Parts: sequence; C-alpha cells; structure tokens
Amino acid sequence: MSNEHSMRRVTAIRNGTVIDHIPQGHALTVLDMLGIDDKTSVPVSLVMNVPSKKMGSKDIIKVEDRELTQAELDRLALVAPDAHVAIIRAYTVAEKMTINLGDEIVDVVQCTYSNCITSNLREPLPHRLKVVSRDPLEIRCHYCGRPQDLDELVNNVL
Amino acid sequence: MFVDKDNVHEIVALVKVGGTTVSGLITMDDLTNEEILEILDDAERLLPVAKGELYLPLLQGRILGNLFFEPSTRTRMSFETAMKRLGGDVVNLGDVKTSSVVKGETLFDTIQMVDGYTDIIAMRHPRQGAAQYAQDSARVPILNGGDGAGHHPTQTMLDLFTIKQAHGKLEGLKVVLAGDLRYGRTVHSLSHALTRFGCELIFASPELLRMPAEIVSDLQAHGATITETEDLYSMMNDADVVYMTRIQKERFSDEDEYAKVAGAYKLHANHLSDVKAGMIIMHPLPRVDEIHPSVDATRHARYFEQAFNGVVARMALLCKLLGVKVPTDVKKAGGAL
Repeated sequence: MSNEHSMRRVTAIRNGTVIDHIPQGHALTVLDMLGIDDKTSVPVSLVMNVPSKKMGSKDIIKVEDRELTQAELDRLALVAPDAHVAIIRAYTVAEKMTINLGDEIVDVVQCTYSNCITSNLREPLPHRLKVVSRDPLEIRCHYCGRPQDLDELVNNVL
Repeated sequence: MFVDKDNVHEIVALVKVGGTTVSGLITMDDLTNEEILEILDDAERLLPVAKGELYLPLLQGRILGNLFFEPSTRTRMSFETAMKRLGGDVVNLGDVKTSSVVKGETLFDTIQMVDGYTDIIAMRHPRQGAAQYAQDSARVPILNGGDGAGHHPTQTMLDLFTIKQAHGKLEGLKVVLAGDLRYGRTVHSLSHALTRFGCELIFASPELLRMPAEIVSDLQAHGATITETEDLYSMMNDADVVYMTRIQKERFSDEDEYAKVAGAYKLHANHLSDVKAGMIIMHPLPRVDEIHPSVDATRHARYFEQAFNGVVARMALLCKLLGVKVPTDVKKAGGAL
C-alpha cells in the first residue's frame, strides 16, 4: 500500500502537526512524551501499524490546531529519531521539521539505574542524561554516570 | 523547604550567583595528573602537621560539613582529623536516623541547609550520583566520600599517596586489584587514576564480582592494559602493589549470592614467599578475612599506614579545594604544639 493511501486512513487536517514515520508500536509513547493525554482538548488522530515501504510498518500521529515546537519535538529523539514532522496550515505543509538529538536530554526520561539518586522522584533537580556517543548511540546519566539501557529508557518517560 | 520543581532551575541559578566557580571532587576526572601530583606533594609536606608534630592552622575559621548518610569510620574520622589538624572546625550531620533525612527531607534541601552553614562539605551517600547531585545543588565544594557503588576519589588520593610513598613514583607500576570489583567503589576510582599514570592492571575477582563492563571498556578506551582473572595468587609474584578489598555483604540483596563469594580470597603470609621485595599490600579497610593477621607483620603490609595517610591526603585536598596554598617550607611556617 502506498504512503498516500496510508495517510488517507484519517482525514487531512486543516491546521496542526503531522508526525509520520514513527517506529511501529511507539505512537503511544510519543503521545506520552508530548504530554498528550485524556485532558487534551484538540482533536488527535492516531494510526498504528500502517504498512510502510521504508520501515515495513509505522505509526502516524496528527495533532490538530497545535503546532509543536522544536523543543517538544526534540523530546522524541529517543523513540522516533527519524520521524518526519510537518506543520500544516490551511491544508498545506507550511514547514518541515526534523527531530534533533542534542548533547543532553533534560527532564524527558529518568535514569534506568534503580540506585541512582534521581530514582527519588521528590528530588527537584532536573533528570539529565548525556549523549556520549551517537554511533553507536550511548547515553549516560549525568549524576550516576551509568550507561543507559536504551530499550528500557523509553519506558522511563517522565 | 521543598522546592517546586518548576522553580528549581532559577533557585539553583540564584544560589550560585556571586559565588566563585566552585569545583568539588566528585570523580578523579575532576583532577588533572598535574593537580594530583601537586596535591600529593602538598600532602608529603603536611606529614608533620598530620602527625601532630607541628601546628599549622591554615584553615582557621573554616568549617567542614561532614554529611555521612551511611556508616563510615575511617573516612569520616580522617576528614574530621584533617580539618582540626589545620585549625578548622567540623559540623556533623550525626546519625541519619535522628536527622531530617528520616522525616523525608530531600538531598537537595539538606544540601541547601548545610551549604549555608559551612565552607566545604564531605559526603557519603548510599545512592550513586548523589555527590554530583549535591555539587549541582551547592555553592561550596563537595568532596565525594563515596556514592553507592560509584566513586570514592578521596580514598584514591590516599591510595596514590601510599603507592608513591612506597615506590617513589606512580608511573608504570603493575597493580593487582582483588576481591569485590563489582561494588567496590574504591577500586573503580583507583583503576581510573592508575590508568592515567600508565599502570598495568590485573583484576582478580570471583566471576560474580568482576569489574563492571562499562568501567573496563572506559579504561581500555584510555589505553589501559588489563588482565581479568579469578586466580589472585599466581598474579602476585610480578606485582608492585596488591590491593585487596572486602566482599561487601551490605551490597547483596540475596544472601545466597553472598554466600557463593564470601571468603573467595584469604591472603596469608605463606602466599608471599615469591613476591617482589618491594611489593606492598593495601586494603581500604575494614577487612574481614581476606587478609590474615599473619600478613600484618610482613614488610609488605601497608594498610594501616594507608589508613593514616587518609588524614594527610584529605588535609591537602581540603587546602586545594578551599584555595589555600600549602607553604613550601611547612616547618618554617608552622609552630610548636
């Protein structure tokens, strides 16, 4: 099935943000990381397990009447680093954005080491993870220095 | 006071405004090799002060906050002795069970309080990363006295001092680190420092207590030559230093796992017949049964001198972090007690 057809599973949006090419099964995590939950009032469309030529299967999210900021999108770098993001205005793509993995990931996910000082969620300083290598991806906690289990990390969204 | 997370960045920024650039000692990465050697030279000159032969109140009017959130004998007492030998004073957190910590106070709040009372803080905490967390929360320098299974750099400084005292150098030595290399924070910090001075490292431990893979790969990335083995005794004959550690029962959640490795090594004087004459045996103490008392009387035993060196190494560190220069001629600068 072509990408065009898969995009038609939900109607085109007038204004808002489309996040395409989310790795299959991660759309709910993406919503979680963007803070989109049952209290969100704008329409949100979610399509999961759509066939994709490039990825085999993928997820897609459309958020109406809200333009996600670069900072919000960068939070997705751990789960959807290659997602395509489009800002839609009047049914047309007004802007294409990419997701960037910075040198530090602040207050997005919690260190995976159970004995890290940050495991006490009442401690008020920000959760800080440092990107020490990009290829292969290696991330360490700023505080305890432990290398992070990347599979486990995406389950530690704050 | 519990700080609203949304405001904490501003608050931390505020408390740091007006302060000098504070750098504590959280890991050995906070010191260059040159700084390490400079501090060891300062420590050497401060020996008569540490022994109480000379009075030199370099830190008069300064206050050290001792925050030990888990048990400590040598580290806490040697910090206190170091500060007092230099004319400074010490305030203690005291027993954690009777402090605000038991009421649920965060580390951030505790540090805000003690930061206001003191000029420098020495801290031990059961959670890894606590020292860095404290440094990020404080205006005054933090000296990491052990954070979970993480780092123990002030122990490393006294270890390096002891090694340099015995061998006259740090470069190119062959060092065996034995026992609990998994949870032993002293060996984590020490192996990093020894690598920087080009030492060859032999890690001898039961399989269950091997040096964590990420530390081994870090050390190798910094050019370390490492041998990993379970056989301690055959590795000792070429060694310049054998550094024993206790298998730490308190780090095991499973009693059966502990039982599998308890008593893995029991170094006896009989094991020392073929070692180098100048080889020294070190141990951060307390020991259980990994070094038999028969070793104490041999020329190789250095662990009690090592424990004393904790005072002089920490004196030099306190001076360094408080920006106080140790006089070149300590005898001339000091007075009789």
